[in-house]
Amino acid sequence: MAKVREVKDWLLVVFSASSVAIVAFPLIHIILTTAMNGIRSIDAAFLTSLPKPPGEAGGGIAHAIQGSIILAALTMAISVPTSLMIAIYLAEYRDRRLGEVLEVVNDAFTGTPSIVAGVFVYSFVVLRHGFSALAGAMALSILAIPNMVRIFGEALKLVPLDLRMAGLALGAPKWRVIIHIVLGAATPSITSGTLLILARVMGETAPLLFTAFGSNKFASDILHPVSAIPLMIYIYAISPYADWHGKAWGAALILMLLVLAINLFVKYGIRRGGEFASQR
Amino acid sequence: MMRDKFGSLTLLFSILFLIFSAIFIHELFSASSLTWGRLGVAFVLGQRWDPLNGVYGALPFIYGTIVSSTFALLAAAVLGIGVAVFLSEISPRGLREPLSAVVELIAAIPSVIIGLWGIFVLVPFVRDYLQTLLAPLSFLPLFSGRSPSGLSMLAAIIVLSFMITPIVVTVSKDCLLMVPRELKEAAYGLGARRYEVIRHVSIPYAKSGIIGGLILGYGRAIGETMAVTMVIGNSYAISPSLLSPAHTMASVLANEFAEATDIFYLSSLTAIALLLILISLLINLAGRSVVMKWQRSVR
Repeated sequence: MAKVREVKDWLLVVFSASSVAIVAFPLIHIILTTAMNGIRSIDAAFLTSLPKPPGEAGGGIAHAIQGSIILAALTMAISVPTSLMIAIYLAEYRDRRLGEVLEVVNDAFTGTPSIVAGVFVYSFVVLRHGFSALAGAMALSILAIPNMVRIFGEALKLVPLDLRMAGLALGAPKWRVIIHIVLGAATPSITSGTLLILARVMGETAPLLFTAFGSNKFASDILHPVSAIPLMIYIYAISPYADWHGKAWGAALILMLLVLAINLFVKYGIRRGGEFASQR
Repeated sequence: MMRDKFGSLTLLFSILFLIFSAIFIHELFSASSLTWGRLGVAFVLGQRWDPLNGVYGALPFIYGTIVSSTFALLAAAVLGIGVAVFLSEISPRGLREPLSAVVELIAAIPSVIIGLWGIFVLVPFVRDYLQTLLAPLSFLPLFSGRSPSGLSMLAAIIVLSFMITPIVVTVSKDCLLMVPRELKEAAYGLGARRYEVIRHVSIPYAKSGIIGGLILGYGRAIGETMAVTMVIGNSYAISPSLLSPAHTMASVLANEFAEATDIFYLSSLTAIALLLILISLLINLAGRSVVMKWQRSVR
């Protein structure tokens, strides 16, 4: 009997430790494969030149890098202020009923499948105005805003009530207390939340398929189609050309480094600034 | 609560958000009304999807989504709870943080990169090794036949289970860490071993929170697009075998939406998008409310 219990105990350790190994293995494999395949196609020209037709040597992803930057900037410009306002309403000015409704709706939309955001923007915007960077950024914002509202809301909740009281007691009007004191105190967590969403936005492909659509040239404005690094990876990966496959790996390595860098920076770089929140 | 001009501005944004959410759903309804009007429930139950001949039935995609997500959830549940138990109860203190960080990193990898790895690493692996390994089970309908390319439901399930494991781990681990120490110590005091404490104290206590995490993982799996699209093989046939290529609601949208020129085709694809978001909203709300209710009851 004692033997059986010992074996069960031992089996549990084996099972849970091997689960960790099974889950970690593909991650390591993905990172290493991407690094090894990607490094071969990356050089200065790869980063700075436009694509060439399949079969011709050379050509790069400069257009996709530019497109990704445009899309990320537009998306952030739309979603950060919007989410901040909604989060402030929920944390500081909420009415009971509306606040509850808003929270439920927001929570529900945090799980919006990324492809559906693209379908909506296609039928709402693209059918009338055509493919554009702006349409792409709208689709990305639909995915970003609900998650940002939640992260910002949690950041605001962590600011101690005493700080607000102190500000109000000094005679500052409520909006000043919020803008200067509450937002100031919550800045580290708001920044890290924004960066995490930025990383996710930069990796999204599905919402761009029929909004930003893709392009082989540099974009001159935000009302025309643009490419993006993840979009380019997808198109190149499913193409029949071995040369394009290599380029897809190269672009994947750049995207992965970018996303991992942002994530690691948020986890270990901003820590010091975030101490305030954890003191509570 | 007193509201100044700034407060009114935040209220305005909040109301606009709600209006926009309503527009979002309404637009998907109205853009798919042609299909609902012509086919109604027959669209959901239709087994044939043949755009060339104007036949639109969504069942192959609904079937593909449910089968891929359900199997992926089963795998992620076993692995994810295993990892969560390791992180919360077994791992040495020093390892807990870095291992959690590694698991969270999985969620950060863009779906298209996982799909790229899927095409060039996983799919050939399924074709050359996994199929042969599963050959003795080919008397089961689930593993009958072979996929000549390796693009298959099985590849999609593997990719999906990997992608949703982090959310299962994170929620389960948080719930397991909230089990009161006194409860566990009482069990140990009665002579229970670690396995028995986890099996009979920790997991039952954290059960409904863990279930909430699984529901959230299911919601994620249903909406996952790129990685699945790249490895599932895109076939309209409904096949019981995991080794056959298939299609999901998300993957058919990714593949065909940009090419849909006639309005009935476009409206039918939009109808799939509508079904997809309604299912996701429901699952997401259910998962979230289960997790929150549990956390509130514990505090």
